[in-house]
Amino acid sequence: MSHIFNAFRSFMTQGGGGLLLPEMMLVLFAMGILLTDYLLEARDKYFNALMAMLGVIFSAICLWQLRYAAEQGASGFSSSLVVDPFFLFFGLIFLIATALVILLSVRYLQVEDENHGEYYALMLFATVGMMFMVSGYDLIVQFLGLETMAISFYVLAGFLRRDRRSNECAVKYLLLGAFSSAILAYGFSILYGLGATTSWPFNGPMPPRTNLDVIQFAVESRAHPDLLVLLALVTVISGLLFKVAAVPFHQWAPDVYEGAPTPITAYISVASKTASFALLLRLLLTVFWPVRLDWQMLVAGVAIASLTIGNFAAITQTNIKRLLAYSSISHVGYVLLGIVAASSGQRLGFMTGMKGVAFYLFVYAFMTIGAFAVVIVLQRQGLISDELDDLNGLHRRSPASAVVLLIFMLSLAGIPPLAGFIGKYYILLALIQTGHNWLALLGALYIVPALYYYFRIVMHAWLYEPGNAPSPVITVGQKVALSALCFVTVAAGIYPEPFVRLATYSLLFPTGFSGH
Amino acid sequence: MIPTSHYLFLSLGLFTIGVIGVVTRRNVIVILMSIELMLNAVNINLVAFSRLVGSVEGHVFAIFIITDAAAEAAVGLGIIIAFFRNRETLLGDEMDLLKW
Repeated sequence: MSHIFNAFRSFMTQGGGGLLLPEMMLVLFAMGILLTDYLLEARDKYFNALMAMLGVIFSAICLWQLRYAAEQGASGFSSSLVVDPFFLFFGLIFLIATALVILLSVRYLQVEDENHGEYYALMLFATVGMMFMVSGYDLIVQFLGLETMAISFYVLAGFLRRDRRSNECAVKYLLLGAFSSAILAYGFSILYGLGATTSWPFNGPMPPRTNLDVIQFAVESRAHPDLLVLLALVTVISGLLFKVAAVPFHQWAPDVYEGAPTPITAYISVASKTASFALLLRLLLTVFWPVRLDWQMLVAGVAIASLTIGNFAAITQTNIKRLLAYSSISHVGYVLLGIVAASSGQRLGFMTGMKGVAFYLFVYAFMTIGAFAVVIVLQRQGLISDELDDLNGLHRRSPASAVVLLIFMLSLAGIPPLAGFIGKYYILLALIQTGHNWLALLGALYIVPALYYYFRIVMHAWLYEPGNAPSPVITVGQKVALSALCFVTVAAGIYPEPFVRLATYSLLFPTGFSGH
Repeated sequence: MIPTSHYLFLSLGLFTIGVIGVVTRRNVIVILMSIELMLNAVNINLVAFSRLVGSVEGHVFAIFIITDAAAEAAVGLGIIIAFFRNRETLLGDEMDLLKW
C-alpha cells in the first residue's frame, strides 16, 4: 500500500502530475457524481449539482495554485502538456461558464423531469476535454481533448430524450461534429507526417514528433508554397471553423441551439466555442505562424462571410435561441477579424489584436450566457419560452429580468458603457493599427443590423402587452447567476482595466512571435 | 517496398469517398459509416508516415483514433436509437422539425 502511495507522490511532485490537478479534480468529482447518483432520491437530485459545483471550485483552486508554474512556462509529460498563462486564462473562462450553467440547470432539469446525475458528470467531462485542448502542446492530446468535449456535448444536446427536437438536434450535431473531427484528424495526420519526416537539428533529446515545436520547425523548414502544408492548413482550419460555427460551416449551429436544452445551448455557444478558438489560436500562432500569409486572407474571408450571413439571417428569426445562434455566428466574425489583425506581422497590431480576441471571448461568455439565462428563467412546465412572443410584457411580469435582458442585449450589440463595446473597440482598433481600414469599417457598419435584431428582443420585453402569461418564479441559484453575469457585463464596460490586464496576461505564451 | 506516396494516395482516395458519402447519403447510419471511413483514411496516413521513419508516435495516435471512433460510434448509435424511437425514421431529409 505504501509503495503505491510513494509512487503517486513522486508522480505528483516530479512526474509533472501536479500540472494535471485542475483536470484531476473535475474527473474525480464527475466520477463521484456518477457513483452517488444511484443513492439519491428524486427530490435530493440537487445534490449532484452541489457536487459538480464543488468540483469546479476545487479545480479553480488548483488552477490558481498553478499560476507561479505558469509564469515560468511549465511543461510536463515529454512536453506534450504545457501550463502557461494562456491555459490559465481559458481554463478560468471554462470553469466560470461551467459554474454558471450548473446554477442555471438545476430548476431547468426539474421542470423538464430529466434530473439525472449524468448531466452534471458529462458537463465536468466536457470541461476536462476543453482544458486539455488548451493545455495540450501535442497533436494527440489536443485531438483527444477535443473529442472528449465533443462526445460529451453530443449526449448533452440530446439529453431531453422524450423531446423530438432534442433528439433531432443531437443527431445533427453528432453527424456534423464527427464529420468535422474527421477532417481535423486528417489535417493532424499530415502535420504528424511533416513532423516525422523532418530531422531535429537542436541539441538535447528530440520531443515526440507530434509535438507542436517539432511541427512548427518542420513547417518553417519546408520550401514556401508546399502542397502538404497547404493541405494540412486547409483541413485543420476548416475542422476548427466547423466547431466555432463560422460561415460556411455554420449550418448546424441554429438547429443545435434551438433543439438542445437551453442551459446546454448556452454552454455549447460559450464554452465549446471558446475552447475551439483557443485551440485554433494555439495552432495558428505556433505551427502555422510561418505560413501566416496563406491563412490570413482565408480567415479574413471567413470573417466577412460570418458577419454578413450571421447578421442578416438573424433579422428574420422568431425563435430567440435561433436568433442568438445567428448572432453568435456574427460574433465569431469579429473574433476572426481580431485574429486577422494579430497575424499581420507587426508587434503593436499583434498585441492589440490578441488582447481584443482574449477580451472579446471573455466578455462574450458572460453576455451570451446572460441572454440565455433570461430564456431559462422564463421556462415553465410545458413551455421552453424560446419564442419572441414568450417575452411579451416582461417589464411588468418581472421588471428585474427585463432590465438585465436589456443590459445583455445592449452589450451584445456593442453599445458604449458595456463590455461588448470594449471588446469590439479593441478589435477594430487593432484592424486600424495594422492598416485594415476597410475591414474595420465593415465591422463597425455591421453593428447596425445587430442593433435592429437585438432591439426586436428588447421591444418584445418592454413594449408589448403581457397577455395572460404568469410572472416567472426565479430561484436563488438563477438570481446568483444572473447578478454575477450582469455585474461582469457592466463592470467590464465601465472599468475595463482589470479585465484588459487579465486578457494581456493570457498572451504570455511562446508564440511564433517570440522570434521577432 | 511500396513507396509511402502510394499509401498517401490510397488514404486520400478513401477520405474523399468518405466525404462524398457524408454529403450525398440520406440514411444516418450510412453517414456514420462514411465518417468511420474518413477516420480510417487518417489511420492509414498515420501508420504510413510512422513506418516511413520508424517513429512510434503515429501508431499511438492511430490507436487513439480507433478508440475515439469506437466511442463516437457507441454514442452515435445511442443517439440514433433515441431518435428512431420517437420518429420511426432514419432518413436525414425527414429531420425537419428544426429548419435544416
